[in-house]
Amino acid sequence: MKKETVKTLRAFLIELVIYAVLVVGYFFLVLHFLGEGLHQLEIRHRYTYAGVAILLMIGQAVVLQNVTTLLLRLIRRTQ
Amino acid sequence: MFFPISGAHISPIYLVIVGFVIGILGGFFGVGGSFIAGPALRAVGLDWNFAIGTDLAHIVGKSVVAVRQHRAFGNVDLKLGLIMAVGTIGGAEIGAQLIQMLKRAGNVNLVVSLVSIVVYLSISTFMIWESRKTLSQTRLPTGTVKGATAKHDPSAFKHVTSRIQRLKIFPMITLPVSGVTISLWIILLVAFVGGLFSGFLGGGAGYIRMPSMVYVLGIPTHLAVGTDLFEIIISASYGTFTHAVKGNVDILIALVMHTGAAIGAQIGAISTQYFAGPKIRLAFVPLPLIGAAIVIYTLVTGHKL
Repeated sequence: MKKETVKTLRAFLIELVIYAVLVVGYFFLVLHFLGEGLHQLEIRHRYTYAGVAILLMIGQAVVLQNVTTLLLRLIRRTQ
Repeated sequence: MFFPISGAHISPIYLVIVGFVIGILGGFFGVGGSFIAGPALRAVGLDWNFAIGTDLAHIVGKSVVAVRQHRAFGNVDLKLGLIMAVGTIGGAEIGAQLIQMLKRAGNVNLVVSLVSIVVYLSISTFMIWESRKTLSQTRLPTGTVKGATAKHDPSAFKHVTSRIQRLKIFPMITLPVSGVTISLWIILLVAFVGGLFSGFLGGGAGYIRMPSMVYVLGIPTHLAVGTDLFEIIISASYGTFTHAVKGNVDILIALVMHTGAAIGAQIGAISTQYFAGPKIRLAFVPLPLIGAAIVIYTLVTGHKL
């Protein structure tokens, strides 16, 4: 295997481990508390819930992508 | 973990792993992966209506990540994606109406199952033939495929694509990013057919739109993958909204699944840089076959996965 490929694979593995720790924290700190509020919104205001659902999804996507990119950049710099 | 919206108890680790696998598939092939995500959610006891709606919400997030990644590599044709979104939404509505008609006739499950088997097997057979023929005719570069080399995308089906591109039906649209000039109506027709399958068979229908973009419109594979994902953001958002209004979306499940998909999509998108177009198309072949196998299984045994 090429040296560059090995380096990329190693960076991905380290990123996966750090990312897993962050995600576990996210589950307990954010989603756990968000659950009841979203449930109430879904029961009482369906249209608002639909809009909030899409915004939450896109917002999380953007934030997580930035986190993964930043992690990968930091890991590559330290290697 | 308890999800109050759908009232389901599902392990978050399971959801993250499912999301991760689908994220890799999406980032690499430009497909939503609904033919795997839907059954995977159903397998842990989620009702079909929640499985379909929640999967669509998760597809939105996953596609946003993959598109940002593909844009960084110059793999998204925004002009083409926006034009296609118009045709897709129209097709999806007609597909949904067809489902309603079949529902009223009482044979929706049988018809949809048979159509999906035929479609999945046809796509796989055609892509095996085309990509193998192209690979045997062309010497492809090894190692990372970037810049002009990535845009050079040989195809054994090129003569048919060129003939379609020569059809001068007003108005002609120039797509500088893809390097193609083609009739607006052909783009809309391809998008409409993709939307029709999306509305009829569910999910983003990337399994039919991505090959159509390559073989009918003549878009290079790398650009077809990125543009298809961009287009899926629009059509899946539309689908998420309507399903959420009907009470079919558990956004918490989608958010948990997406944490896995976010990193999977990044790995998938980066991996496309190491493969030439015909190799990506050949690797795509098992995906519709998996879909066909799941449908045959449920049709023959009557069981849901």
